Amino acid sequence: MTLVINKGISPNNMVNSVLEISGVDINCCLQCKKCTNGCPVVTMVDTPPSEIIRQLQLNAGDDILKSDLVWMCASCETCFSRCPMKIDMAAVMDALRIMDAKKTIPARTSKVNKFNNAFLSTVKMFGRTYDIGMIAAYKIKTFNLLQDTDKFPAMIRKRKIALFPNFGADKKYIRRIFKKTSK
Amino acid sequence: MKYVYYPGCSAESTARDHHMSILEVARALDIDVEELKGWTCCGSTPAHHTDKLLSLSLPAANLLKAQESGLNMVVSCAACFNRMKVANHEIRTNPDVKKQIANTLGKEYGGDVEIRHFIEILLEDIGIQRLKDAFTHSINDLKVVSYYGCLLVRPHEITKFDDPENPTSMDRLVEAMGGEALDWPHKVECCGGGFALSRPDIVIELSDSILGMAEAAGAQCIAVACPMCQVNLDLRQKDINRKKNRNYNLPIVYITQLLGLCLGISQKRLGMKKCIVSPMPVIEMLSKAV
Ligand code: SF4
Ligand code: SF4
Repeated sequence: MTLVINKGISPNNMVNSVLEISGVDINCCLQCKKCTNGCPVVTMVDTPPSEIIRQLQLNAGDDILKSDLVWMCASCETCFSRCPMKIDMAAVMDALRIMDAKKTIPARTSKVNKFNNAFLSTVKMFGRTYDIGMIAAYKIKTFNLLQDTDKFPAMIRKRKIALFPNFGADKKYIRRIFKKTSK
Repeated sequence: MKYVYYPGCSAESTARDHHMSILEVARALDIDVEELKGWTCCGSTPAHHTDKLLSLSLPAANLLKAQESGLNMVVSCAACFNRMKVANHEIRTNPDVKKQIANTLGKEYGGDVEIRHFIEILLEDIGIQRLKDAFTHSINDLKVVSYYGCLLVRPHEITKFDDPENPTSMDRLVEAMGGEALDWPHKVECCGGGFALSRPDIVIELSDSILGMAEAAGAQCIAVACPMCQVNLDLRQKDINRKKNRNYNLPIVYITQLLGLCLGISQKRLGMKKCIVSPMPVIEMLSKAV
């Protein structure tokens, strides 16, 4: 199989940025493909984990951020867990997501990233997640107001969803953390 | 035995039953758990998707509080357990990270708190024999597959929970309760985890394969220990049936709910009614131990 590497608009090789963000050195990957064989989403993606590594080794540019695995990786850590070279692929995926989230304009970002922002905004506000606030924020961001509404009645009846935020969290550190990491 | 208990955000919403059953089982077995005062979110997947320092500082804030209480920590949620362990590991092994976190929190956390999952406490501190002695009820050969998912077992170097490929902790508990712990290949497969809302399509694919394998193994229910796994397998089961043309009707119960039933605790106190797929087939198997 031929591997086509698109450099994208960034002249820099991504491998150094990945190393900087994640601390993971991918050079010792021997392409055994154990990561790919265990990856739960491999049948759903065009670019499996071992190929992400190979592309990085071959000086891929920022076009690699468009690979479908970047936002479809479930962070299950199977790849890292089974890698004979102890390459933390899951951390590499985190690094790629962090770079992609910085690069993409908010409106065009992936649903997963929109969810992450909705989730973290409630943590920032209340110190804990607050489902209804998070779901509302997420739905507005994705223009998908009707998703899963069929589940609400049962969830509310069974108290599987909190109607009000909990104010019991001590927000002293939360404020500092969000300020210092400027998120 | 006294622990500071970190319930995690899901204890206040989707996994209230998990939280309730843990507290009930702890009380029945005299495990002293005291909720961590003012605990805050561990950041879960959204934090490590967004920023490494954020993802380590959020759990560290709670570990710092635990350290101040002088107690070790017990965690119920597999995701929180994982994030706490990762933060502790980074702090213990990487002085630079430790410094950065101290700077973020405004106070240094030394990495001294030991973090354990509730299942580990049951097996290591209480032990199978004492559990058996405490059981008043049996689940009478109920066929159970134990589903561990990702976050308890991986990465093993950090979580150090059981065996990463073939864990047996929950299976041993099932056997102790008089159940039949079925062997099956999907113990540590991924259910789609945190994609519950953002990529239900992925959850449907992955959870379908887990439910399918459980059914093929002849399971009457799936025992879980993670709030995300529970939601994906239980709340999404109907969608999976519709979208994949299946007929699953598999109760998804927390292992602590099963343990609670065998300890003679009422269904109500264990939140059994909170399961979406009716757990009646499980409850019907229950009888007083002879
Ligand atoms: S398992 Fe490790 S060594 Fe093997 S292909 Fe994947 S990253 Fe490379
Ligand atoms: S962490 Fe991501 S890339 Fe690795 S096996 Fe899991 S889904 Fe695949």
